[in-house]
Amino acid sequence: MKLEKKYSDGHLALSLEGELDQHTAQGLFREMESVMDRYLPRSCAVDLSRLSFMDSSGIAVVLRLRKKAGENGIKIWLEDPSPQPMRVLAASGIGRLVKIENRKGSVNR
Amino acid sequence: MKYENYIKMEFPSKTANESMARSVAGVFAAQLDPTMEELGDIKTAVSEAVTNCIVHAYPDCLGRILLRCRILDKNRLEIVVRDWGRGIEDVEKARSPLYTTGGEERSGMGFTIMESFMDKLTVRSRPGEGTTVVMVRVIPQRTKKS
Repeated sequence: MKLEKKYSDGHLALSLEGELDQHTAQGLFREMESVMDRYLPRSCAVDLSRLSFMDSSGIAVVLRLRKKAGENGIKIWLEDPSPQPMRVLAASGIGRLVKIENRKGSVNR
Repeated sequence: MKYENYIKMEFPSKTANESMARSVAGVFAAQLDPTMEELGDIKTAVSEAVTNCIVHAYPDCLGRILLRCRILDKNRLEIVVRDWGRGIEDVEKARSPLYTTGGEERSGMGFTIMESFMDKLTVRSRPGEGTTVVMVRVIPQRTKKS
């Protein structure tokens, strides 16, 4: 599981690569949390286009990130989920809580 | 029950084994010529079932997990994930969406995802004796069998 981060002008762009499950979720969340604490951005986009697999452990990570962002006044959304993670996101109904954007148009489900 | 092929494997309840378990199930399922979406669904359901064993069946210790995949008649893929852990008191409650005893690290969506990604889900459990999850997914035949 790889996390790439780019910060510019109040915006934090995070990108996940690899497989997100119970084995990788805790370490990933801690890393994302510490990046948020370091930069304290106004907005944060999490790119899921290179995430090849995600199960419900990923839903828990998104919910915890949303909570963390809410506590710090950070606007957060997900971007371009690849097909398998998108099916898990859709089945969970998390699109009602966190915006899911695809750069061809919004697919907030 | 008649079957065309099967695999059976046992492994300890370590999170590092989750990706191995879903990959094995995916490779086994590949002989039914599933679509990428079907393959993703099967791997996700296996990942959820195995994670439940690790997090809920054996919360404080390592235990055995059994994964058995069988191809039944009419292109039905059956997957069994079994543990000998602490079991589930109320299976119906455990299966309801968002219910979890795993704290904020869990979303409570595991059984919901298994249910929506597979055609059939059966959960048998006895407190103190363990849990058996049986999932079936029909893979429509697309290519002629040789």
